[in-house]
Amino acid sequence: MSRIVSITLQTNDDSRPIIEAITKDNPDAVAKYYPGMVKIDCEGRLVVKQETVEEILGREWDVQELQLSIVSIAGNVDEEDEYFELSWNL
Amino acid sequence: MAAKRKKKLGLKQRYSMLTRGLDWETSYQKMDDVFPYDNYEGIYIHDWEGWEDPFRLTMDAYWKFQSEKEKKLYAVIDSFAQNNGHLGITDARYVNAIKLFLTGVSPLEYQAARGFTHVGRQFRGVGPRVACQMQALDELRHVQTQVHSMSHYNKYFDGLHSAPHMHDNVWYLSVPKSFFDDARTAGPFEFLTSISFAFEYVLTNLLFVPFMSGAAFNGDMATVTFGFSAQSDEARHMTLGLEVIKFMLEQDERNVPIVQRWMDKWFWRGTRMLSLVAMMMDYMLPKRVMSWREAWDIYFTEAGGALFKDLERYGIKPPKYADIATKEAEHISHQAWHIFYNYTHAAAFHTWVPDKEELDWLSEKYPDTFDKYYRPRLEYLDKEEKAGRRFYNDTLPMLCQVCQIPMGFTDMDDPTTISFKVSEYKDDKYHTCSNGCKDIFDHEPMKYVQAWLPVHQIYQGNCGGSEMEDVLKWYKMNLGADNLDYNGSPDQKLWDEWQAHRTKV
Amino acid sequence: MAVISIGEYEFEPLDKEENFHGNRLTYINWENHLLFCSPVCLPLPADMPFAALVGEVLGGVYAKHPDFEKIKWDEVTWRLDGKDFSPDMEKSLGENGLTHKSLLRFWTQGLHGIAGSNS
Repeated sequence: MSRIVSITLQTNDDSRPIIEAITKDNPDAVAKYYPGMVKIDCEGRLVVKQETVEEILGREWDVQELQLSIVSIAGNVDEEDEYFELSWNL
Repeated sequence: MAAKRKKKLGLKQRYSMLTRGLDWETSYQKMDDVFPYDNYEGIYIHDWEGWEDPFRLTMDAYWKFQSEKEKKLYAVIDSFAQNNGHLGITDARYVNAIKLFLTGVSPLEYQAARGFTHVGRQFRGVGPRVACQMQALDELRHVQTQVHSMSHYNKYFDGLHSAPHMHDNVWYLSVPKSFFDDARTAGPFEFLTSISFAFEYVLTNLLFVPFMSGAAFNGDMATVTFGFSAQSDEARHMTLGLEVIKFMLEQDERNVPIVQRWMDKWFWRGTRMLSLVAMMMDYMLPKRVMSWREAWDIYFTEAGGALFKDLERYGIKPPKYADIATKEAEHISHQAWHIFYNYTHAAAFHTWVPDKEELDWLSEKYPDTFDKYYRPRLEYLDKEEKAGRRFYNDTLPMLCQVCQIPMGFTDMDDPTTISFKVSEYKDDKYHTCSNGCKDIFDHEPMKYVQAWLPVHQIYQGNCGGSEMEDVLKWYKMNLGADNLDYNGSPDQKLWDEWQAHRTKV
Repeated sequence: MAVISIGEYEFEPLDKEENFHGNRLTYINWENHLLFCSPVCLPLPADMPFAALVGEVLGGVYAKHPDFEKIKWDEVTWRLDGKDFSPDMEKSLGENGLTHKSLLRFWTQGLHGIAGSNS
């Protein structure tokens, strides 16, 4: 049985670099676009890395800025200064 | 990029500074007297410090991000109102979903604020207490922003004028109201299982995610913005829901069967309430994002499947009757819409028969059931309406004692036969719509014999009078405007005038 | 099971028979005719003759359905509170065994609703 973790973000200017970073850091992630939002699914585990978002954005980025564009999640959350991770216990 | 200044404390430490070490063991009063509610439900907690704070939002960060969200939201609401955003929606029929939202859902946000404020006082562990208090603030923000956003529609459309009064009194709104009343009158752990876990974690995605995407698709900028703004808090609430479950399950294995029963109960109550959302998605969005069936497959079968697999190690099974609910996803939106079509003369929003293109969409999305069970009926209703004989059901319906929905749901293996269940309690009969609702009644009959069932209350003479018109006035409905079919409504007339004007210029 | 509560938990049911001004709640369902979305609920006096229920009350509820006038009442089958039931038309509802919150379901032979869809 598949163990998809998932993050849904608004599709706006704030979230585009985050979406790009997620796709880069999680090669297995699949992004599905709906009106106004994108649902990114990944088997087992998915991570949002501060470093990658900052590289794309060209400025400092606080991981908690995710708060501004997150719509929904599925998975256990682990959050630190450097990353935001979703996972199921495998 | 300049070298980053490293923060003195890591996020985990910063958050634990917020939530830990602020309270104390009482000396001249017993802890059980100070916190009388957190142990009577039979949940054993040995170590409140075992509570993990998954979403570590400190107070300063909370205010910073919430105020930024509010600024964005209010800029949009303001611009929506200033620029007559209501003119840009796909069709005025859509506004009826907003009417149902304002009267049925937004008052639940307020109920949630009350519930979390209450339990945020009652846990002796400071971790869950802080989490609940912060959620209470979020919920208050949700009801306020929703009322503000939707108030713009109230300037032009009917049925949006008396939401709190209607929520407390109108027959179909007793469905969501009784759901929350049931949760808030339970103990604090059951409340969190019902609202934070079963509702927020397992089911709320079905309400807020595809429906809000639908609002975006239908040009309703105000709703999609408040929806997603609320939903950004929801992600935190979901982690609270999952954490409270794991906390209870890890503390003592005697908690497992209690938690399982609560999950079974609240999953079922939640799916019953979401039948309203099912019909909003399949019938009330002029442009559709996905069918209810598809939303169920994504958000319950797939996401819920992974979640319950994760909880298996504690001995937790998927909710009882999840298989029935999955079968119902094929039928529930059609059956719920039919109930409201029958009784639109007593509702504060309009219904209609979908047009041919919309019927074709439903046929395509429900190939095994729609043409067989539902389409002939809708085509007949359409014919009758066009011949000037719009069908209304003139007799009040029988209601389920637990979910309070008219008994319009069928046996899922026999979709042409209504499902009837009955229990005897102290020489009286109590009827329910399903095994899910019957189990809930049978476990706590003394709670549900107190149900304020709108139909029975009308017959007892407690709702303004014995004539339908008296009752509707007591509901504060403007007759001939708020109720009846969309065709011929003042909403339709106004919308058609706007459209005619648009083609002229 | 008893409600687990912080104190005594004992309340009056809201829908006791005496609250309905001399009537009893009666639930009625015409099977295979889901044009009417759900069973209906009616407050009826216990001494109403069963014939009056059939002859007067049911028409008021269901006459809008094109099948209604085709019903052959002597061929109708009934179930009362989950059991097969043959009503005595001359006797009252109470004498026929209907009590407060009874459920009366009836099947009309050969009639299958709008376009045979059981609606």
